[in-house]
Amino acid sequence: MNKVVKNAKEAIEGMQDGQTFMLGGFGLCGIPENTINALVESGLTNLTCISNNAGVDDFGLGLLLRKHQIKKMISSYVGENKEFERQLLSGELEVDLIPQGTLAERLRAGGAGIPAFYVPAGYGTEVGEGKESREFNGKMHLLEYGLTADFAVVKAWKGDAMGNLVYRETANNFNQPMAMAGKITIAEVEELVPIGALNPNEIHTPGIFVQRIFQGVDYEKRIEFETVRG
Amino acid sequence: MSLDKNGIAKRIAQELKDGYYVNLGIGIPTLVANFVPENIEVVLQSENGLLGIGPFPEKGKADPDLINAGKQTVTTIPGSSFFDSSLSFAMIRGGHVDLTVLGAFEVTDKGDISSWKIPGKMVKGMGGAMDLVAAAKNIIVATTHTDRHGQPKLKTSCDLPLTGVSCVKKIVSDLAVIEVTEKGFKLLERAPGVSVEEILEKTGAPVIVEGDVPEMKL
Repeated sequence: MNKVVKNAKEAIEGMQDGQTFMLGGFGLCGIPENTINALVESGLTNLTCISNNAGVDDFGLGLLLRKHQIKKMISSYVGENKEFERQLLSGELEVDLIPQGTLAERLRAGGAGIPAFYVPAGYGTEVGEGKESREFNGKMHLLEYGLTADFAVVKAWKGDAMGNLVYRETANNFNQPMAMAGKITIAEVEELVPIGALNPNEIHTPGIFVQRIFQGVDYEKRIEFETVRG
Repeated sequence: MSLDKNGIAKRIAQELKDGYYVNLGIGIPTLVANFVPENIEVVLQSENGLLGIGPFPEKGKADPDLINAGKQTVTTIPGSSFFDSSLSFAMIRGGHVDLTVLGAFEVTDKGDISSWKIPGKMVKGMGGAMDLVAAAKNIIVATTHTDRHGQPKLKTSCDLPLTGVSCVKKIVSDLAVIEVTEKGFKLLERAPGVSVEEILEKTGAPVIVEGDVPEMKL
C-alpha cells in the first residue's frame, strides 16, 4: 500500500471551492505549513475551515484569511490576528466559536461514527442557546454533534507510506482527532520513513485514517510567544 | 495592604495538596506554579496536550513543538506525557483534574462566572474555559476584587456573557478569600491590613461574615 503523493499541491488535488476542511495545530504549533501554502497558491475560495485557532497575520491560517479564501471559521480561540478581527467585525467572515474540549470531542466523535453526544460545557451560556439539553447525574448537559469534513489536513512528525503517523510533543493537539474526521485526510510529515521503521507500539494515528501523505519541506515552525527562564 | 499578583498567586498555592493534578489558566493563575510548597508534589496539566509542565526553557533552548495553552514555550518534568486535545479534555471533563485556577471578569454569589466575552469588543473565543469550568471538581478564581474603574467584580449577577453557571467554589482576590456557599459569598480571610468593612464595601453582593475574620498568612 502506498499513499505517498509528491507534495502539498498534489495532496490537495480535487479540493473544490465551497468545501469544508479541517486544519490541525494549536496556535502555530503543529500546523501543516506546506499544505497551507499550497492552499494559498490554489486560489480556492468560499472555504469553511475548522481549526482551533486562526493563525497570525502573516503566518499559518492568516495567509488564507488575507486572500479572503475563507468564508467561515469554526474555532475555539481566534485572538492574535488583526486581519481576522477586521473581517469578522466588517461581516466578511462568519465565525462559529465552540468550547475547545467540545470541538475536540466533536472531531473525535465524527471520525468514530458517533453522531452526537452530551457534554456539560456551555450549558447556561450563549453556547447552549437553541441546543437540546438533558440532565445526567444531577447535572445539565448539551447535545453536541460529531463533525466531519471533506478534507482533514494534519501535520505529523513521522509517517510512512501506509499512512501511520507519530506526532511530536504538544504538536499533536488537534491533529490526531482531525486525522480521523476527514473524508480525505492529508498528512504532511517532517520525516517520511520506510514502512516498518515506525514502532507499532508508538503509532498515534493508524494508517487506516490517512489517504494521502507526503514529506514536507522548509518547516519554519514559528514560535508565537517565546518565553524563557529568568 | 491589598495583595499584588504574586501575593494572590502565593495565597492560592496554599490550596494545593500533595498529589494534585492542576490546570492553571493564563495570567495570575500561571504565577501559582512559582509558589508550590516544597514539601508537596503537584502535576500541572496544559489543555493543549501536556501533563507535567516544567519551567520556561533556558534562553536559546525554546522548542516550537513544546508550548502551553497560552502558546508560551515551556519544558517538561520527568514523568510527563503528551496527548491529543480530545484526550486532554477527557481528563478535564472526566473529573480527573483536581483543581482549576482561572481569572474572571465577574463572579456571582451563586458561583456563576463570566470571563470570555465583552460584547462590542473583539471576541477572541472561550478556548478551553467553558469545558474547564463545567467539569472541574474544584474551581478557584484569581482576580482583583474590583475592575479598573473600581466597580465590584463579585456580584449578584453577571452583566457579561457567562462562561459557566454554579461552578466557582472559591475566590482569592487582592483583598480577600471568599467561599461560594449555598447561602452566597462567605468571607474566609482578609488580606493583611485590609478591613472587613473595605471588603464588604467593594463587594457587589451580600457577604456572610462570621466572628473574627483572620488575616491571610503569606
